[in-house]
Amino acid sequence: MHEYSLVVALMERVEAEAAARRAIAVHRVCVRIGELSGVEPDLLGSAFAIVQAGTICERAVLDIKRVPARWACSGCHRPLGAGERLQCPACGAPAALAGGDELLLGEIDLEVP
Amino acid sequence: MCETCGCGDPHMVSVELQDRILSVNDREAAHNRDHFAAHGVMAINLMGSPGSGKTAVLEATARAFAGRLRVGAIAGDLETERDAERLRRAGIPTRAITTGSACHLDAAMVHDALHHESLDGARLLFIENVGNLVCPAVYDLGQAFSVVALAVTEGEDKPLKYPVMFRKADLVLVTKTDLLPHLDLRLDQLDDALAHVMPRPAVIHLSAKTGEGLGRWIDWLDAQVQAMRGPDIAHPAHGHHHT
Repeated sequence: MHEYSLVVALMERVEAEAAARRAIAVHRVCVRIGELSGVEPDLLGSAFAIVQAGTICERAVLDIKRVPARWACSGCHRPLGAGERLQCPACGAPAALAGGDELLLGEIDLEVP
Repeated sequence: MCETCGCGDPHMVSVELQDRILSVNDREAAHNRDHFAAHGVMAINLMGSPGSGKTAVLEATARAFAGRLRVGAIAGDLETERDAERLRRAGIPTRAITTGSACHLDAAMVHDALHHESLDGARLLFIENVGNLVCPAVYDLGQAFSVVALAVTEGEDKPLKYPVMFRKADLVLVTKTDLLPHLDLRLDQLDDALAHVMPRPAVIHLSAKTGEGLGRWIDWLDAQVQAMRGPDIAHPAHGHHHT
């Protein structure tokens, strides 16, 4: 369960940003979690709830946007459906991931004096 | 001014960050990569379930390279130095990383280990990750290649159940093939599962016990080492100091 260490990394980045802007509270933290990122969104939420206590993020909502995996042929760019082999049925070229492996911290809402 | 919800609260600001959550690990991994390049080291992140045969593969690999290529290893485990001791007995200078409860190695742990003097002079460095098919896939260590060991006893469907691990693998070693006569496993179904999760499926079936298939693995390693040496490539300096 690596979601805890991910939340610690996430929190450090948010706290640094809040400090730089002299924020007194963080109200919302948005993250984008790809289906193939290796991170389980529910576990990330549970880890956040544990870590946020007593921090500037104490009242923050963790807004998780799940991003589905999207594969397309690297040669002819034909999109591949879920559960297909990752070699293009039309031209045989290997598939390339067009999205769905991201692990991104997006927007944060800060309360400033 | 709150621009998100239009509430007009003057004390709310929205800041767009768009940072990778693991950016700190990514920087450490890039630093390790520079280190490996500066020292002419080919690093391989060897991952797989507990009991998938990672250590046995490395013992057999050490025997194959004895006297002609210096091999080193970093071995990660939650507790004990048992794997590191096995690798040392096989002739591989090894630094152990005991992670306590962490389910994976990260780039900073590897960085701390790789400056240990026992690894000086290694040209091929294996980083034997913590036995786990999930978490290690998330953390870049700065390796040149990711190799996943998958034992025939784990069944045909493991790649479909753990696609994140296999998607990033440059090579899958299907291990313990000497056990096939005792199992119902269909190797063609396993290869088909790998083709569903790897864009460029690369698979070697081997037995570290009997040596069957081991030559193909050694040839693969030799080819990568040769390709890395290539025609005189200037290496970037490893720009920092250690006390």
